[in-house]
Amino acid sequence: MEWDWNFVREIMPTLIQGVKITILATVLGSVLAAIVGLAIALARRSPNRTVSRSVGWFAEFIRGTPLLVQLYFIFYVLPDIGILLPPLVAGVIGLGLHYGTYTAEVYRAGIENVPRGQWEAAKACNLSGYNTWTHVILPQAIPPMIPALANYFIAMFKETPLLSAITVLELMNQAKSVANTYYRYIEPMTLVGAFFLVISLCSVVLLRWLEHRYGRIER
Amino acid sequence: MTQWSGYLGLILQGALVTIELTLMGSVLALIMAFLAGIGRVSRFSIVRALATIYIEFFRGTSIFVQLFWAYFVLPFVGLSLTPLLAGVLALGLNVGAYAAEVVRGAILSIGREQYEACTALNLGRWQGMRHVILPQALLVMLPTFGNNAIELLKATSVVSLISLADLTFQAQVVRSQTGSTLMPFVSVLVIYFVLALIISWGVRSLERRMARGLDGVRV
Repeated sequence: MEWDWNFVREIMPTLIQGVKITILATVLGSVLAAIVGLAIALARRSPNRTVSRSVGWFAEFIRGTPLLVQLYFIFYVLPDIGILLPPLVAGVIGLGLHYGTYTAEVYRAGIENVPRGQWEAAKACNLSGYNTWTHVILPQAIPPMIPALANYFIAMFKETPLLSAITVLELMNQAKSVANTYYRYIEPMTLVGAFFLVISLCSVVLLRWLEHRYGRIER
Repeated sequence: MTQWSGYLGLILQGALVTIELTLMGSVLALIMAFLAGIGRVSRFSIVRALATIYIEFFRGTSIFVQLFWAYFVLPFVGLSLTPLLAGVLALGLNVGAYAAEVVRGAILSIGREQYEACTALNLGRWQGMRHVILPQALLVMLPTFGNNAIELLKATSVVSLISLADLTFQAQVVRSQTGSTLMPFVSVLVIYFVLALIISWGVRSLERRMARGLDGVRV
């Protein structure tokens, strides 16, 4: 079977539609992962042993199991207990939770990298716990983490095709439906690969820049 | 409740396929990692370029796309793969690309003096690599290899989408036959987690074994 440029032109609009959903899912998933990760990282530092232990095990469990099965779990099990989610929302929650456990480790490392003196200074200035976090610790901890966080967001972008398994119409699903309609697999599948490669390579450039901009800790 | 044992048998069959895939994929990944990782530090620019292209290509596109490409597109160019073969190929090549960077990093992390010692002992490039550099670099690589193996285990769930009867696939079968969602997905999640724990435990004990007698040698 030969490569057919006309067919490529014909299916392009459908694939672009898919790319939009893919990017939307990545962006929403990244935001959720950033929030979930921070919550997990803070909960693991909680003085309450039960909270920190159980959150730790929960994160460990999510990190040790495949995203695909977690997506199935959210998509098929939750409706049985009355929580009916649209596919895209289920997908974003799955991505956010899964990568939240990874970003939690990034936050943990970033927070531990803030020198003890900063904590002591905050205490000496009589700052409350909340003010210590928002004005002293996090502003110093977050910039060095940005490249590592971006790294995970790129990894998440590459996992979005999994959402096609729970009927989200993203790039992979559009390509599959096009391929099944015309029974031509070469062009759609190769184009999906090309899309991913191009976006990943662009994001690698962005990542290098982020590393250059934020990677060094200014002391 | 009576037929649960039969369904559990189905899921355990799936676990065997998952384990088989993980082992075969890991072997291929290990071979590719060393080929490409050593290729990245080769003195021939053509070898370096080839290794870089391989690594960037397989890290830039997602495992999912690669698997579909191997399964649906290769038949059209006359290369028909069974689902198992396509799965092992995609998993091994993908994780191999990630692990190749680990190999490269570990080789570069060995101090200059070791290379100078090789020259002083009149070892050839290959001899030095084989007898001096790699034995030390292997210990640096091991923990990350463990993480890569767990990533590979998790990625095997994707092969269920090309109709290979692994754990995730069997969970879907049980779901569609019984209508029960909680039992198949929870048991599958637990099995994946236990497998991941076994891998990390195995790698840790291997690390302890290999580090024996090296105390004080490494700084």
